[in-house]
Amino acid sequence: MTALAITRMNDLFAVVMLSGIYSLMSAGFFLDLDAVDVAFTEASVGAGISTLLMLASLKMVKRYEGKTKYKPMLALGVVGATALLLIYGTLDMPHFGSADAPIHQHVAPRYINDSMAEVGVPNIVTSILASYRGYDTLGETLVIFTAGIGVMSLLRVSRETKDQQQKRVPADMQQQIILRIVAKMMLPLILLFALYVQFHGDYGPGGGFQAGVIFAAGIILYTMLFGLSTARLVFKSSLLQKLTAVGVLLYAGVGVACMLLGGNFLDYNVLRHDPVHGQHLGILLVELGVGITVATVMITLFFKFTWRTVKHKYIEQ
Amino acid sequence: MITHYPVLQVIIPLIGAPLCLLFPVPRLAGLFALLVSSLAFLVSCGLLQQVMVHGTLVYALGGWAAPWGIEYRIDYLNSYLLLLVSSMSTVVLIAAQSSIRRELPQNRQTYFYTAYLLCLTGLLGILATGDAFNVFVFLEISSLSSYTLIALGTDRRALTASYQYLIMGTIGATFIIIGVGLMYMMTGTLNMNDLAERLPEVNHSRTVLSAFGFFIVGVCLKLALFPLHLWLPNAYAFAPSIATAFLAATATKVAVYVLIRYVFTVFGIEYVESVLPLQEIFLVLGLVGIFAASVSAIYQLNIKRLFAYSSVAQIGYMILGLAIGTQLGLAATLLHMFNHALMKGALFLAIGSVVYRINSSQLNHMAGLGRKMPWTMAAIVIGGLSLVGVPLTVGFVSKWYLVLALLEKGWWLVTVLVLISSLLALIYVWRIIEWVYFTPARIHLSEVREAPLSQLVPVWILVIANIYFGLDTSLTVGVSKLAAQSLFGLFGAAP
Repeated sequence: MTALAITRMNDLFAVVMLSGIYSLMSAGFFLDLDAVDVAFTEASVGAGISTLLMLASLKMVKRYEGKTKYKPMLALGVVGATALLLIYGTLDMPHFGSADAPIHQHVAPRYINDSMAEVGVPNIVTSILASYRGYDTLGETLVIFTAGIGVMSLLRVSRETKDQQQKRVPADMQQQIILRIVAKMMLPLILLFALYVQFHGDYGPGGGFQAGVIFAAGIILYTMLFGLSTARLVFKSSLLQKLTAVGVLLYAGVGVACMLLGGNFLDYNVLRHDPVHGQHLGILLVELGVGITVATVMITLFFKFTWRTVKHKYIEQ
Repeated sequence: MITHYPVLQVIIPLIGAPLCLLFPVPRLAGLFALLVSSLAFLVSCGLLQQVMVHGTLVYALGGWAAPWGIEYRIDYLNSYLLLLVSSMSTVVLIAAQSSIRRELPQNRQTYFYTAYLLCLTGLLGILATGDAFNVFVFLEISSLSSYTLIALGTDRRALTASYQYLIMGTIGATFIIIGVGLMYMMTGTLNMNDLAERLPEVNHSRTVLSAFGFFIVGVCLKLALFPLHLWLPNAYAFAPSIATAFLAATATKVAVYVLIRYVFTVFGIEYVESVLPLQEIFLVLGLVGIFAASVSAIYQLNIKRLFAYSSVAQIGYMILGLAIGTQLGLAATLLHMFNHALMKGALFLAIGSVVYRINSSQLNHMAGLGRKMPWTMAAIVIGGLSLVGVPLTVGFVSKWYLVLALLEKGWWLVTVLVLISSLLALIYVWRIIEWVYFTPARIHLSEVREAPLSQLVPVWILVIANIYFGLDTSLTVGVSKLAAQSLFGLFGAAP
């Protein structure tokens, strides 16, 4: 229903809000399917950060959608054909939750039965993500990095003059005392929770991706209430840029270290004398790398977008 | 160290990209990118030689054996293409140093090189891996970075072109991941060889059929098969010249590779032919693509767009080779992938030099340039002749094998059509020659000089390669045939 409403509306503000709700509901679905990690990410990225980014870009365009000039029938046909093919594909799918579906029969048993002995991490999702298929995760981290590079290179920030730096622009929320106080109380908790998710990923749902976005969400909340210029005193854009690279390098560096110690790339077993300890150390480090890159890319995205919306205020002053 | 070659091939640029971002001076970042790419090139030479001696190389990432972990699997086919991509990237980067300095503002140059290395990582990663999901991850890296590379073009239309490509590319990638997901659901594995073994058991199911459908459409979007090519001409026309040269020489080839790999290794040609008239579809689309795109190329006023349309036509030839469905046809496709990269690399780099000097790629602005930039223009002419398929160039070798494969199959009509289409190529190449040599120079050209040596050298490396591989075909034809043989020998079984 929400998706249908999104396509029918031309009030963009409402569309953004609805898509936020849509993401929140999908997070609920994921939770229902026992994919807590995915739900985490969807809730913080889909419902939180991306909604904010869309709102930020909405500030630069008109609120209402213009009249469309083209006929959407062809597109509708393509979408319809895609949907039909998808439904056709589901006809022979194994039943949901059936124990003898191929996905539960082939590679999964080893993950479930042996990962404790081989990797030594109670959370199987983490052991698959960071160890068995750790190379994919390195690739995903690089995808985030690439996205960050794209935004950094296209939304260039004109260099601030000294003059501009001194004239801090007060945030729009200056007057909202209740919000500011509540946020101040929430902020340490959010950041602490991010760190918990980061380092507790071995035992419970969580890990670098989730921790990174939660951390970024905390910083973004702060920026919204206290202004971009205040937040940028801590997170300078040159620092952010370096950190995005550092996260990827940390991950890949662990891989190279494994190679130098005589194993294959990302074979954490060789990092310590005991393979399981090695796996622990390796996973801890690569998750940290993921967390750093994800958090800094998210913060950078938000900063770049908001900078464009507040730029004119600098010029006016 | 040699045992690590397969992974070094990909992680050298992978680590190089974030390091590149840390360089404070763009000029150093450029040189660093060149160094990284050269190292990758050396590794790919080593790999090809290893594969020639020892056969298929397997590398288990993280020390986890497939199908539990991800493996790199290097055989004739991908070592040949790894060599192609890394060598083209290196040659293009030599020319990039001066060209980028002219075309991009100072504060965007470092980002350009970082995105370039990321794109290289993605392409090499797609080629090297033996894992279906890993292909998708690296496909995303290469796609996202190529959107960035294109959008960095100075013309504002570069942004729209990149956006259009982004939408089409994302649809393609989504279709691919739906295909991979459905396959995983039916087999419980993501490893390509394992998939090939397990798919036949569930072949009859409608789920696998729709997986196959999604996958093919997704890949064809990526490789710009007619009529899914609409994103390509604008993207190539408005991107920085260096990005165009790199993407034109490599990106579509890698997409063709993915198509070949899935059709032959994963699904198996028997299955493909039993469920879909893919041969006929490819034959028709390939031929229509060749003619439609060649005719469009004739009417272009911008030389970058002209050659972009010509690229769409050349992809038609590659798909045509696949449509033949014989070993020789496949070998012709593989050969043309390599040769087309040489031609388009040389052409787009030479155009880069033109833009460097006259700051335009409109044909009418190039009038009389033949006298002012003789070496660059000679390179364009030779590259163009190679595109037409004149003897002594690589283009001739490609056409020759394609025609041989067609005759072997007995498709006379198609053979005649292919020969006629070469005449279309002759027309658009002739238009350039006419503008460049036979139209009087404009007054404002009096200041124009020959391109700097740092650009002439890479252009001429590629031009000479165009002629060299047109005469001595032992490497290209040899490896293409070996690769085609092994793909046909497989029928889905492990090599």
